[in-house]
Amino acid sequence: MSINATPAGADVAADGTDSRSGRHATVPAQRDNRRRKVPLSENKRAERKLGWLLCAPAALVMLAVTAYPILYSVWLSLQRYDLRFPAEREFIGLENYVTVLTNEFWWTAFGVTMLITVVTVAVELVLGMGLAVIMHRTLVGRGIVRTSALIPYGIVTVVAAFSWRYAWTPGTGYLANLFSDGAPLTERASSLAIIMLAEIWKTTPFMALLLMAGLALVPEDLLKAASTDGATAWQRFTKVMLPVMKPAILVALLFRTLDAFRVFDNIYVLTSGANETSSVSMIAYNNLIRGLNLGIGSTMSVLIFITVAIIAFIFVKLFGTAAPGSDDGERR
Amino acid sequence: MADTTTRAKVRWGLLDLAVVVFALTPVLWIMSLSFKTPATLTDGKFIPREWTLENYRTIFATDQFVRALVNSIGIALIATSIAVVLGAMAAYAISRLDFPGKRMLIGVSLLIAMFPQVSLVSPLFEIERQLGLFDTWPGLILPYITFALPLAIYTLSAFFKQIPWDLEKAAKMDGATQGQAFRRVIAPLAAPGLFTTAILVFIFCWNDFLFAISLTSTERSRTVPVALSFFTGASQFEDPTGAICAAAVVITVPIILFVLFFQRRIVSGLTSGAVKG
Repeated sequence: MSINATPAGADVAADGTDSRSGRHATVPAQRDNRRRKVPLSENKRAERKLGWLLCAPAALVMLAVTAYPILYSVWLSLQRYDLRFPAEREFIGLENYVTVLTNEFWWTAFGVTMLITVVTVAVELVLGMGLAVIMHRTLVGRGIVRTSALIPYGIVTVVAAFSWRYAWTPGTGYLANLFSDGAPLTERASSLAIIMLAEIWKTTPFMALLLMAGLALVPEDLLKAASTDGATAWQRFTKVMLPVMKPAILVALLFRTLDAFRVFDNIYVLTSGANETSSVSMIAYNNLIRGLNLGIGSTMSVLIFITVAIIAFIFVKLFGTAAPGSDDGERR
Repeated sequence: MADTTTRAKVRWGLLDLAVVVFALTPVLWIMSLSFKTPATLTDGKFIPREWTLENYRTIFATDQFVRALVNSIGIALIATSIAVVLGAMAAYAISRLDFPGKRMLIGVSLLIAMFPQVSLVSPLFEIERQLGLFDTWPGLILPYITFALPLAIYTLSAFFKQIPWDLEKAAKMDGATQGQAFRRVIAPLAAPGLFTTAILVFIFCWNDFLFAISLTSTERSRTVPVALSFFTGASQFEDPTGAICAAAVVITVPIILFVLFFQRRIVSGLTSGAVKG
């Protein structure tokens, strides 16, 4: 997706140059004026130039660190390239893709990632909505609630993951002793449940904050009016609040879905991917850093990128105008 | 009437309590572990029976942790400063100036905010090895700036849109150029927004694990989250749990302080960006 950005970005620059050189071209000034309603004044041109100048560093860094590597990654994915056997490096076309896509570990990891994404995002939406309402409307201790809710958001994921790991370690942990006799982190189902719990704990506050932004947009009068008309709390929620909040909910869902799909830190600390609990990020990492297989690692990188692009595309297609930033382009 | 308010207050109070317990339990648990003595570490009690600072003494006595802490602080501070400066420039242009390509920049930063970071790990690993950036500070700072920029640009544009821009006009009428108006008038007004953004970006850099574990290989540039996952205790017979917990608490303290002192700012920073979007 950011690949598209490069040529279009270049267009913009070309467009800018055109408009400037167009003024010196043989076209009579009048016609030039007719074509654009307002001729570019000295001021306007200075403004454009400053705009590009101010944006250039940010744009360059972002493109240099994402667009170029992802293209390079596509190139690497078409090669047999194992750092342990550098002599065998050669161009092999799509062979790596066949290897990965016919590999059951990849599909297991893919399934695990999808499962974690769907379950955590669904639970977080419900919990996050509850938390958002509490943070927004509570009559007592609003500051305390908001402050405590921010702690999971801010805390280092690895730290939280260690806390959960020790909590579920037999003997050491308060939760392990309470809820189970065995070692929950050595079995697949319970490991996955704990990974999801850790994810939900960590990211529900973020979801709630995004939803709270939407809650703040619900007009108080509207709620009062609905209340006087005899609407129950549930009706007020579904008929008044939800429709107003829809854009905020979609933004929150989109961001959290793509973020959940990247799940890595919690799995790394909690299970290291044992018992088939690896996510796609986890096996891509394993192939690269532990296996030193750049070809296969890059292939997985590209596949993950494509999957995320598809998810984002579906969201944007389904919800079109709700895409964040869509109204940001207008000048105020 | 007074009765219903009291009852409502109690109900909200209970809900608040549930949130606080849910949010704080894991944090208190790891703190508790960090204060336990080796003998009581595996007793499974939530509150330590014997308290000790031994774990903290251990980690600060090892180079492994201290080096990682220095790396974490240095890398996060440098990445934050650069990201906030570049982000502020772009956000100013986005919220104030009219120029073609503005939507494009917003689009690109949105795409990067959703970008799967693991997709960059393989190519960056190879590119950084070739450029000699692998296992160095700049090797981590660059991807951190990149992924912090969308956050910085969004938050800052939201803040910048609330600034009374007539002051800028007034300054320009008095003969200041656009650049001067930015530096002299707007920058001071924007300081609170900049500060909030800096906190958010710092939290992001401080948190990262995937880049840090993939693009480093020695203590030279390993950050604390990575060092934590490699902790082995003073000897191989020693259980590193206490040390890991103590180190975990040390890197959690700045986050807790930020949250305690700047809760209002952080919330407004995160939500204002979202409302705009």
